[in-house]
Amino acid sequence: MALEPWLKVWTNLPSFLQGLSLNLALLGGLLALGLVLGILLAILEVYGSRPLRYAASAYVWLFRSIPEVLLLLLFWFGPARFGVRLSPFAAAVLALGLRSAAYQAQIFRGALRAVPAGQMLAARALGLSKFQAVRFVLLPQALRLSLAGWGNEFAVVLKDTTLAYAVGVAEVLQRARALSVVELPLTLPAYFTVALLFLGVTYGGLFALGALEKRLRIPGLEARR
Amino acid sequence: MLLRVEDLHKRYGREEVLRGISFSLEKGETKVIIGPSGTGKSTLLRCINRLTEPDRGRIFLEDVEITSPKADINKIRAQIGFVFQDFNLFTHLTALDNVRLGLMRVKGLPKKQATERALRELARVGLADKAKAYPAELSGGQQQRVSIARALAMDPKLILFDEPTSALDPELIGEVLSVMVDLAKSGMTMLVVTHEMGFARSVADEIIFMEKGVIVEQGPPEQLFKHPKHPRTAEFLRRITELYGGEG
Repeated sequence: MALEPWLKVWTNLPSFLQGLSLNLALLGGLLALGLVLGILLAILEVYGSRPLRYAASAYVWLFRSIPEVLLLLLFWFGPARFGVRLSPFAAAVLALGLRSAAYQAQIFRGALRAVPAGQMLAARALGLSKFQAVRFVLLPQALRLSLAGWGNEFAVVLKDTTLAYAVGVAEVLQRARALSVVELPLTLPAYFTVALLFLGVTYGGLFALGALEKRLRIPGLEARR
Repeated sequence: MLLRVEDLHKRYGREEVLRGISFSLEKGETKVIIGPSGTGKSTLLRCINRLTEPDRGRIFLEDVEITSPKADINKIRAQIGFVFQDFNLFTHLTALDNVRLGLMRVKGLPKKQATERALRELARVGLADKAKAYPAELSGGQQQRVSIARALAMDPKLILFDEPTSALDPELIGEVLSVMVDLAKSGMTMLVVTHEMGFARSVADEIIFMEKGVIVEQGPPEQLFKHPKHPRTAEFLRRITELYGGEG
Protein backbone atom coordinates (compact mmCIF):
# COMPACT_ATOMS: atom_id res chain seq x y z
CA MET A 1 0.00 0.00 0.00
CA ALA A 2 1.27 3.43 -0.85
CA LEU A 3 2.41 5.55 2.03
CA GLU A 4 1.35 8.83 0.50
CA PRO A 5 -2.39 8.72 1.30
CA TRP A 6 -1.57 7.94 4.93
CA LEU A 7 0.80 10.88 5.20
CA LYS A 8 -1.83 13.07 3.64
CA VAL A 9 -4.43 11.94 6.15
CA TRP A 10 -2.05 12.50 9.00
CA THR A 11 -1.38 16.07 7.96
CA ASN A 12 -5.09 16.43 8.73
CA LEU A 13 -4.60 15.05 12.22
CA PRO A 14 -5.23 18.39 13.95
CA SER A 15 -8.65 18.54 12.29
CA PHE A 16 -9.33 14.96 13.34
CA LEU A 17 -8.38 15.76 16.91
CA GLN A 18 -10.61 18.80 16.86
CA GLY A 19 -13.43 16.51 15.74
CA LEU A 20 -12.55 14.01 18.43
CA SER A 21 -12.67 16.74 21.08
CA LEU A 22 -16.29 17.31 20.01
CA ASN A 23 -16.97 13.59 20.43
CA LEU A 24 -15.46 13.73 23.89
CA ALA A 25 -17.41 16.84 24.88
CA LEU A 26 -20.54 15.14 23.62
CA LEU A 27 -19.62 12.02 25.59
CA GLY A 28 -19.10 14.04 28.76
CA GLY A 29 -22.39 15.84 28.39
CA LEU A 30 -24.46 12.79 27.58
CA LEU A 31 -22.89 10.65 30.31
CA ALA A 32 -23.46 13.36 32.92
CA LEU A 33 -27.07 13.85 31.88
CA GLY A 34 -27.58 10.10 31.72
CA LEU A 35 -25.93 9.58 35.11
CA VAL A 36 -28.02 12.10 37.02
CA LEU A 37 -31.28 11.15 35.33
CA GLY A 38 -30.43 7.44 35.35
CA ILE A 39 -29.86 7.40 39.12
CA LEU A 40 -33.09 9.30 39.67
CA LEU A 41 -35.04 6.90 37.43
CA ALA A 42 -33.53 3.87 39.17
CA ILE A 43 -34.46 5.22 42.61
CA LEU A 44 -38.00 5.89 41.41
CA GLU A 45 -38.25 2.41 39.89
CA VAL A 46 -37.09 0.70 43.06
CA TYR A 47 -38.43 2.91 45.85
CA GLY A 48 -41.06 5.10 44.22
CA SER A 49 -44.80 4.97 44.75
CA ARG A 50 -46.70 3.02 42.12
CA PRO A 51 -47.43 5.94 39.73
CA LEU A 52 -43.81 7.09 39.91
CA ARG A 53 -42.61 3.55 39.27
CA TYR A 54 -44.81 3.29 36.21
CA ALA A 55 -43.71 6.69 34.93
CA ALA A 56 -40.04 5.71 35.27
CA SER A 57 -40.61 2.36 33.58
CA ALA A 58 -42.49 4.06 30.74
CA TYR A 59 -39.60 6.46 30.25
CA VAL A 60 -37.09 3.62 30.08
CA TRP A 61 -39.27 1.69 27.66
CA LEU A 62 -39.72 4.73 25.40
CA PHE A 63 -36.06 5.66 25.15
CA ARG A 64 -34.91 2.09 24.67
CA SER A 65 -37.38 1.53 21.85
CA ILE A 66 -36.52 4.35 19.46
CA PRO A 67 -33.49 4.00 17.16
CA GLU A 68 -30.70 6.36 18.08
CA VAL A 69 -30.43 8.12 14.75
CA LEU A 70 -34.17 8.68 14.80
CA LEU A 71 -33.92 10.16 18.31
CA LEU A 72 -31.20 12.50 17.08
CA LEU A 73 -33.35 13.64 14.17
CA LEU A 74 -36.39 14.10 16.42
CA PHE A 75 -34.43 16.28 18.85
CA TRP A 76 -32.96 18.25 15.98
CA PHE A 77 -36.13 18.88 13.98
CA GLY A 78 -38.67 18.61 16.81
CA PRO A 79 -37.81 21.71 18.87
CA ALA A 80 -37.21 23.70 15.68
CA ARG A 81 -40.80 22.99 14.67
CA PHE A 82 -41.87 24.85 17.83
CA GLY A 83 -39.47 27.70 17.30
CA VAL A 84 -36.82 26.45 19.76
CA ARG A 85 -33.45 26.53 18.01
CA LEU A 86 -31.05 24.03 19.54
CA SER A 87 -27.48 23.85 18.31
CA PRO A 88 -26.65 20.50 16.70
CA PHE A 89 -24.41 19.79 19.66
CA ALA A 90 -27.16 20.51 22.21
CA ALA A 91 -29.66 18.39 20.29
CA ALA A 92 -27.16 15.51 20.24
CA VAL A 93 -26.39 15.78 23.98
CA LEU A 94 -30.11 15.76 24.76
CA ALA A 95 -31.03 12.88 22.46
CA LEU A 96 -28.11 10.65 23.40
CA GLY A 97 -28.12 11.69 27.08
CA LEU A 98 -31.83 11.03 27.60
CA ARG A 99 -31.36 7.69 25.89
CA SER A 100 -28.32 6.79 27.96
CA ALA A 101 -30.34 7.64 31.08
CA ALA A 102 -32.71 4.80 30.23
CA TYR A 103 -29.84 2.32 29.94
CA GLN A 104 -27.98 3.64 32.96
CA ALA A 105 -31.21 3.39 34.98
CA GLN A 106 -31.19 -0.35 34.29
CA ILE A 107 -27.65 -0.65 35.61
CA PHE A 108 -28.39 1.29 38.81
CA ARG A 109 -31.72 -0.42 39.36
CA GLY A 110 -30.04 -3.81 39.27
CA ALA A 111 -27.37 -2.61 41.66
CA LEU A 112 -29.87 -1.12 44.12
CA ARG A 113 -31.75 -4.41 44.11
CA ALA A 114 -28.49 -6.28 44.73
CA VAL A 115 -27.93 -4.50 48.06
CA PRO A 116 -29.19 -6.87 50.78
CA ALA A 117 -32.54 -5.90 52.34
CA GLY A 118 -30.98 -5.80 55.80
CA GLN A 119 -29.12 -2.60 54.89
CA MET A 120 -32.35 -0.67 54.43
CA LEU A 121 -33.80 -2.22 57.59
CA ALA A 122 -30.78 -1.26 59.68
CA ALA A 123 -30.80 2.28 58.28
CA ARG A 124 -34.49 2.77 59.02
CA ALA A 125 -34.07 1.22 62.48
CA LEU A 126 -31.52 3.94 63.27
CA GLY A 127 -34.11 6.59 62.48
CA LEU A 128 -32.94 7.58 59.02
CA SER A 129 -35.74 8.55 56.65
CA LYS A 130 -36.19 6.49 53.50
CA PHE A 131 -34.54 9.25 51.49
CA GLN A 132 -31.58 9.41 53.87
CA ALA A 133 -31.27 5.63 53.84
CA VAL A 134 -31.05 5.65 50.05
CA ARG A 135 -28.68 8.60 50.02
CA PHE A 136 -26.23 7.46 52.71
CA VAL A 137 -26.50 3.68 52.73
CA LEU A 138 -28.05 2.19 49.59
CA LEU A 139 -26.70 4.46 46.86
CA PRO A 140 -23.02 4.46 47.92
CA GLN A 141 -23.09 0.67 47.81
CA ALA A 142 -25.12 0.44 44.60
CA LEU A 143 -22.89 2.89 42.73
CA ARG A 144 -19.82 0.84 43.57
CA LEU A 145 -21.57 -2.29 42.37
CA SER A 146 -22.51 -0.44 39.16
CA LEU A 147 -19.02 0.49 38.05
CA ALA A 148 -18.42 -2.59 35.88
CA GLY A 149 -21.74 -2.23 34.08
CA TRP A 150 -21.22 1.49 33.77
CA GLY A 151 -17.88 0.92 32.03
CA ASN A 152 -19.79 -1.04 29.43
CA GLU A 153 -22.25 1.81 28.90
CA PHE A 154 -19.30 4.19 28.60
CA ALA A 155 -17.72 2.11 25.84
CA VAL A 156 -21.01 1.89 23.94
CA VAL A 157 -22.01 5.55 24.06
CA LEU A 158 -18.49 6.70 23.27
CA LYS A 159 -18.88 5.16 19.85
CA ASP A 160 -22.47 6.38 19.58
CA THR A 161 -21.18 9.95 19.55
CA THR A 162 -20.19 9.38 15.90
CA LEU A 163 -23.91 9.26 15.10
CA ALA A 164 -24.11 12.98 15.82
CA TYR A 165 -23.05 13.54 12.20
CA ALA A 166 -26.77 12.96 11.44
CA VAL A 167 -27.58 16.39 12.84
CA GLY A 168 -24.45 18.02 11.47
CA VAL A 169 -22.01 17.94 14.37
CA ALA A 170 -18.50 18.13 12.90
CA GLU A 171 -17.28 15.16 14.93
CA VAL A 172 -14.30 13.04 13.99
CA LEU A 173 -15.96 10.49 11.72
CA GLN A 174 -17.70 13.31 9.85
CA ARG A 175 -14.31 14.85 9.15
CA ALA A 176 -12.87 11.56 7.88
CA ARG A 177 -15.86 11.18 5.63
CA ALA A 178 -15.47 14.71 4.29
CA LEU A 179 -11.84 14.00 3.48
CA SER A 180 -12.65 10.78 1.64
CA VAL A 181 -15.31 12.48 -0.44
CA VAL A 182 -12.75 14.96 -1.72
CA GLU A 183 -10.05 12.36 -2.39
CA LEU A 184 -11.22 8.80 -2.79
CA PRO A 185 -7.80 7.12 -2.12
CA LEU A 186 -7.82 8.66 1.36
CA THR A 187 -10.98 6.78 2.39
CA LEU A 188 -9.42 3.74 4.05
CA PRO A 189 -6.50 5.55 5.73
CA ALA A 190 -8.91 8.17 7.07
CA TYR A 191 -11.35 5.65 8.53
CA PHE A 192 -8.51 3.56 9.86
CA THR A 193 -7.09 6.58 11.66
CA VAL A 194 -10.46 7.26 13.28
CA ALA A 195 -10.62 3.63 14.40
CA LEU A 196 -7.18 3.99 16.00
CA LEU A 197 -8.26 7.13 17.81
CA PHE A 198 -11.28 5.32 19.25
CA LEU A 199 -9.15 2.39 20.30
CA GLY A 200 -7.00 4.80 22.24
CA VAL A 201 -9.85 6.67 23.89
CA THR A 202 -11.70 3.48 24.85
CA TYR A 203 -8.56 2.03 26.34
CA GLY A 204 -7.84 5.21 28.29
CA GLY A 205 -11.42 5.50 29.55
CA LEU A 206 -11.70 1.90 30.69
CA PHE A 207 -8.27 2.16 32.31
CA ALA A 208 -9.41 5.22 34.26
CA LEU A 209 -12.63 3.49 35.30
CA GLY A 210 -10.66 0.45 36.41
CA ALA A 211 -8.44 2.69 38.53
CA LEU A 212 -11.51 4.37 40.01
CA GLU A 213 -13.00 0.98 40.83
CA LYS A 214 -9.80 -0.02 42.57
CA ARG A 215 -9.67 3.24 44.51
CA LEU A 216 -13.27 2.91 45.68
CA ARG A 217 -12.93 -0.75 46.51
CA ILE A 218 -14.10 -1.74 49.95
CA PRO A 219 -13.47 -5.19 51.40
CA GLY A 220 -16.64 -7.24 51.25
CA LEU A 221 -18.32 -4.98 48.73
CA GLU A 222 -17.42 -6.23 45.29
CA ALA A 223 -19.60 -6.93 42.32
CA ARG A 224 -19.88 -10.69 42.19
CA ARG A 225 -18.69 -11.74 38.78
CA MET B 1 -43.57 2.28 82.47
CA LEU B 2 -41.18 2.54 79.54
CA LEU B 3 -42.78 0.24 76.97
CA ARG B 4 -46.35 -0.99 76.84
CA VAL B 5 -47.65 -3.37 74.19
CA GLU B 6 -51.41 -3.87 74.05
CA ASP B 7 -53.18 -6.63 72.15
CA LEU B 8 -50.82 -6.73 69.18
CA HIS B 9 -51.91 -8.62 66.07
CA LYS B 10 -50.07 -9.31 62.84
CA ARG B 11 -51.07 -11.46 59.93
CA TYR B 12 -49.04 -12.55 56.89
CA GLY B 13 -51.53 -13.71 54.30
CA ARG B 14 -53.61 -16.42 55.96
CA GLU B 15 -51.24 -17.00 58.81
CA GLU B 16 -51.74 -14.97 61.95
CA VAL B 17 -48.23 -14.59 63.35
CA LEU B 18 -49.13 -12.48 66.38
CA ARG B 19 -52.46 -13.17 68.05
CA GLY B 20 -52.94 -10.61 70.76
CA ILE B 21 -49.65 -9.91 72.51
CA SER B 22 -49.66 -7.72 75.62
CA PHE B 23 -46.81 -7.01 77.99
CA SER B 24 -44.83 -4.12 79.41
CA LEU B 25 -41.30 -3.19 80.32
CA GLU B 26 -40.12 -0.97 83.15
CA LYS B 27 -37.14 1.34 82.81
CA GLY B 28 -33.92 -0.57 83.43
CA GLU B 29 -35.57 -3.94 83.06
CA THR B 30 -34.32 -6.80 80.87
CA LYS B 31 -36.91 -9.18 79.53
CA VAL B 32 -36.06 -12.21 77.46
CA ILE B 33 -38.47 -13.70 74.95
CA ILE B 34 -38.07 -17.41 74.31
CA GLY B 35 -40.04 -19.87 72.25
CA PRO B 36 -39.87 -22.19 69.25
CA SER B 37 -38.88 -20.86 65.81
CA GLY B 38 -41.65 -19.32 63.76
CA THR B 39 -43.76 -18.24 66.71
CA GLY B 40 -43.60 -14.55 65.89
CA LYS B 41 -40.81 -13.44 68.23
CA SER B 42 -38.90 -11.52 65.55
CA THR B 43 -42.11 -10.13 64.12
CA LEU B 44 -43.01 -8.85 67.56
CA LEU B 45 -39.69 -6.99 67.89
CA ARG B 46 -40.04 -5.50 64.42
CA CYS B 47 -43.56 -4.35 65.19
CA ILE B 48 -42.29 -2.44 68.20
CA ASN B 49 -40.31 0.02 66.07
CA ARG B 50 -42.65 -0.50 63.13
CA LEU B 51 -40.10 -2.00 60.76
CA THR B 52 -43.12 -4.24 60.34
CA GLU B 53 -46.52 -2.57 60.57
CA PRO B 54 -48.80 -4.33 63.06
CA ASP B 55 -52.39 -4.93 61.96
CA ARG B 56 -54.00 -4.18 65.28
CA GLY B 57 -53.09 -3.20 68.82
CA ARG B 58 -51.22 -0.32 70.39
CA ILE B 59 -47.65 0.26 71.50
CA PHE B 60 -46.48 3.05 73.79
CA LEU B 61 -42.95 4.26 74.45
CA GLU B 62 -43.40 6.13 77.72
CA ASP B 63 -46.46 8.24 76.92
CA VAL B 64 -45.95 8.41 73.14
CA GLU B 65 -48.06 6.06 71.06
CA ILE B 66 -45.72 4.48 68.49
CA THR B 67 -48.62 2.96 66.59
CA SER B 68 -50.42 6.27 66.15
CA PRO B 69 -50.64 7.30 62.49
CA LYS B 70 -49.44 10.73 63.57
CA ALA B 71 -46.32 9.41 65.30
CA ASP B 72 -42.99 10.72 63.99
CA ILE B 73 -41.63 7.24 63.42
CA ASN B 74 -38.06 8.28 62.56
CA LYS B 75 -37.82 10.21 65.80
CA ILE B 76 -39.18 7.25 67.75
CA ARG B 77 -36.86 4.75 66.05
CA ALA B 78 -33.89 6.91 66.99
CA GLN B 79 -34.84 6.23 70.63
CA ILE B 80 -35.09 2.46 70.18
CA GLY B 81 -31.94 0.53 69.43
CA PHE B 82 -32.25 -2.56 67.26
CA VAL B 83 -29.66 -5.33 67.08
CA PHE B 84 -30.20 -7.79 64.24
CA GLN B 85 -29.42 -11.47 64.10
CA ASP B 86 -27.16 -10.98 61.07
CA PHE B 87 -25.73 -7.64 62.29
CA ASN B 88 -26.59 -5.63 59.17
CA LEU B 89 -23.62 -3.35 59.54
CA PHE B 90 -23.37 -0.90 56.65
CA THR B 91 -21.01 -2.74 54.33
CA HIS B 92 -19.41 0.31 52.76
CA LEU B 93 -18.59 2.04 56.06
CA THR B 94 -15.86 1.46 58.63
CA ALA B 95 -16.80 0.49 62.18
CA LEU B 96 -16.38 4.14 63.18
CA ASP B 97 -18.61 5.40 60.36
CA ASN B 98 -21.22 2.76 61.13
CA VAL B 99 -21.52 4.11 64.65
CA ARG B 100 -21.21 7.74 63.54
CA LEU B 101 -23.84 7.71 60.80
CA GLY B 102 -26.90 7.94 63.04
CA LEU B 103 -25.24 10.51 65.28
CA MET B 104 -24.53 12.81 62.36
CA ARG B 105 -27.53 12.23 60.10
CA VAL B 106 -30.30 11.58 62.62
CA LYS B 107 -29.12 13.49 65.68
CA GLY B 108 -27.32 16.16 63.68
CA LEU B 109 -24.14 16.09 65.77
CA PRO B 110 -21.10 17.83 64.30
CA LYS B 111 -18.43 15.46 63.04
CA LYS B 112 -15.99 16.04 65.88
CA GLN B 113 -18.53 15.31 68.61
CA ALA B 114 -19.94 12.35 66.70
CA THR B 115 -16.45 10.90 66.33
CA GLU B 116 -15.69 11.25 70.03
CA ARG B 117 -18.96 9.64 70.97
CA ALA B 118 -18.57 6.83 68.45
CA LEU B 119 -15.06 6.04 69.63
CA ARG B 120 -16.29 5.94 73.22
CA GLU B 121 -19.00 3.42 72.30
CA LEU B 122 -16.54 1.30 70.33
CA ALA B 123 -14.26 1.29 73.36
CA ARG B 124 -17.20 0.25 75.52
CA VAL B 125 -17.66 -2.90 73.44
CA GLY B 126 -13.90 -3.48 73.39
CA LEU B 127 -13.25 -2.51 69.78
CA ALA B 128 -11.47 0.85 69.97
CA ASP B 129 -8.64 -0.59 67.88
CA LYS B 130 -11.01 -1.66 65.10
CA ALA B 131 -12.46 1.77 64.34
CA LYS B 132 -10.94 1.88 60.86
CA ALA B 133 -11.90 -1.69 59.92
CA TYR B 134 -14.66 -2.49 57.45
CA PRO B 135 -17.31 -5.03 58.47
CA ALA B 136 -15.88 -7.71 56.18
CA GLU B 137 -12.58 -7.41 58.04
CA LEU B 138 -14.21 -8.21 61.38
CA SER B 139 -15.27 -11.53 62.88
CA GLY B 140 -18.98 -12.15 63.42
CA GLY B 141 -18.65 -11.44 67.12
CA GLN B 142 -16.85 -8.18 66.46
CA GLN B 143 -19.45 -7.16 63.90
CA GLN B 144 -22.23 -7.78 66.38
CA ARG B 145 -20.39 -5.74 69.01
CA VAL B 146 -20.06 -2.86 66.53
CA SER B 147 -23.77 -3.10 65.86
CA ILE B 148 -24.42 -2.88 69.61
CA ALA B 149 -22.16 0.19 69.74
CA ARG B 150 -24.13 1.66 66.83
CA ALA B 151 -27.33 1.21 68.81
CA LEU B 152 -25.82 2.52 72.06
CA ALA B 153 -24.46 5.68 70.47
CA MET B 154 -27.99 6.91 69.86
CA ASP B 155 -28.69 6.99 73.62
CA PRO B 156 -31.70 4.73 73.20
CA LYS B 157 -34.35 4.37 75.85
CA LEU B 158 -34.60 0.72 74.96
CA ILE B 159 -32.66 -1.78 72.89
CA LEU B 160 -34.32 -4.66 71.04
CA PHE B 161 -32.13 -7.69 70.38
CA ASP B 162 -33.32 -10.13 67.71
CA GLU B 163 -31.43 -13.39 68.32
CA PRO B 164 -28.12 -11.51 68.51
CA THR B 165 -25.97 -14.62 68.82
CA SER B 166 -27.80 -17.06 66.53
CA ALA B 167 -25.64 -16.31 63.48
CA LEU B 168 -22.37 -16.64 65.41
CA ASP B 169 -19.90 -19.47 65.66
CA PRO B 170 -20.10 -20.96 69.16
CA GLU B 171 -16.70 -19.61 70.23
CA LEU B 172 -17.79 -16.05 69.39
CA ILE B 173 -21.06 -16.07 71.33
CA GLY B 174 -19.41 -15.36 74.66
CA GLU B 175 -17.93 -11.99 73.73
CA VAL B 176 -21.32 -10.70 72.56
CA LEU B 177 -23.17 -12.05 75.59
CA SER B 178 -20.67 -10.49 77.97
CA VAL B 179 -21.24 -7.08 76.38
CA MET B 180 -24.97 -7.62 76.81
CA VAL B 181 -24.59 -8.68 80.43
CA ASP B 182 -22.61 -5.49 81.14
CA LEU B 183 -25.29 -3.46 79.43
CA ALA B 184 -28.07 -5.01 81.48
CA LYS B 185 -26.09 -4.38 84.67
CA SER B 186 -25.53 -0.75 83.69
CA GLY B 187 -29.30 -0.27 83.73
CA MET B 188 -30.11 -0.35 80.03
CA THR B 189 -33.66 -1.40 79.24
CA MET B 190 -33.50 -4.46 77.02
CA LEU B 191 -35.89 -6.77 75.25
CA VAL B 192 -34.03 -9.83 74.00
CA VAL B 193 -35.15 -12.68 71.79
CA THR B 194 -32.67 -15.51 72.29
CA HIS B 195 -32.11 -19.21 72.70
CA GLU B 196 -29.27 -18.59 75.16
CA MET B 197 -30.88 -19.97 78.29
CA GLY B 198 -27.83 -19.25 80.44
CA PHE B 199 -28.11 -15.58 79.57
CA ALA B 200 -31.88 -15.61 80.12
CA ARG B 201 -31.51 -17.24 83.48
CA SER B 202 -28.78 -15.03 84.84
CA VAL B 203 -29.71 -11.64 83.38
CA ALA B 204 -33.45 -11.50 82.72
CA ASP B 205 -35.76 -9.89 85.22
CA GLU B 206 -38.53 -11.75 83.53
CA ILE B 207 -38.86 -14.38 80.82
CA ILE B 208 -41.68 -14.42 78.31
CA PHE B 209 -42.45 -17.77 76.71
CA MET B 210 -44.16 -17.35 73.35
CA GLU B 211 -45.68 -19.98 71.13
CA LYS B 212 -47.87 -19.75 68.01
CA GLY B 213 -48.32 -16.02 68.30
CA VAL B 214 -49.40 -15.82 71.93
CA ILE B 215 -47.64 -15.43 75.26
CA VAL B 216 -48.05 -18.78 77.00
CA GLU B 217 -46.41 -17.83 80.24
CA GLN B 218 -44.23 -15.13 81.73
CA GLY B 219 -42.41 -14.74 85.02
CA PRO B 220 -39.05 -14.50 86.78
CA PRO B 221 -36.44 -16.98 85.49
CA GLU B 222 -36.36 -19.08 88.65
CA GLN B 223 -40.09 -19.59 88.55
CA LEU B 224 -40.16 -20.43 84.85
CA PHE B 225 -37.19 -22.77 84.94
CA LYS B 226 -38.04 -24.52 88.22
CA HIS B 227 -41.82 -24.42 88.39
CA PRO B 228 -43.31 -23.69 84.99
CA LYS B 229 -47.09 -23.42 85.26
CA HIS B 230 -47.80 -24.48 81.74
CA PRO B 231 -46.88 -27.95 80.39
CA ARG B 232 -45.84 -26.36 77.04
CA THR B 233 -43.29 -24.19 78.86
CA ALA B 234 -41.83 -27.20 80.65
CA GLU B 235 -41.66 -29.16 77.41
CA PHE B 236 -39.93 -26.34 75.53
CA LEU B 237 -37.42 -25.70 78.31
CA ARG B 238 -36.59 -29.39 78.50
CA ARG B 239 -35.94 -29.56 74.76
CA ILE B 240 -33.95 -26.34 74.56
CA THR B 241 -31.69 -27.25 77.49
CA GLU B 242 -31.01 -30.61 75.85
CA LEU B 243 -30.07 -28.76 72.69
CA TYR B 244 -28.05 -25.87 74.07
CA GLY B 245 -27.00 -27.11 77.50
CA GLY B 246 -28.32 -25.97 80.87
CA GLU B 247 -26.10 -23.06 81.78
CA GLY B 248 -25.43 -21.85 78.21
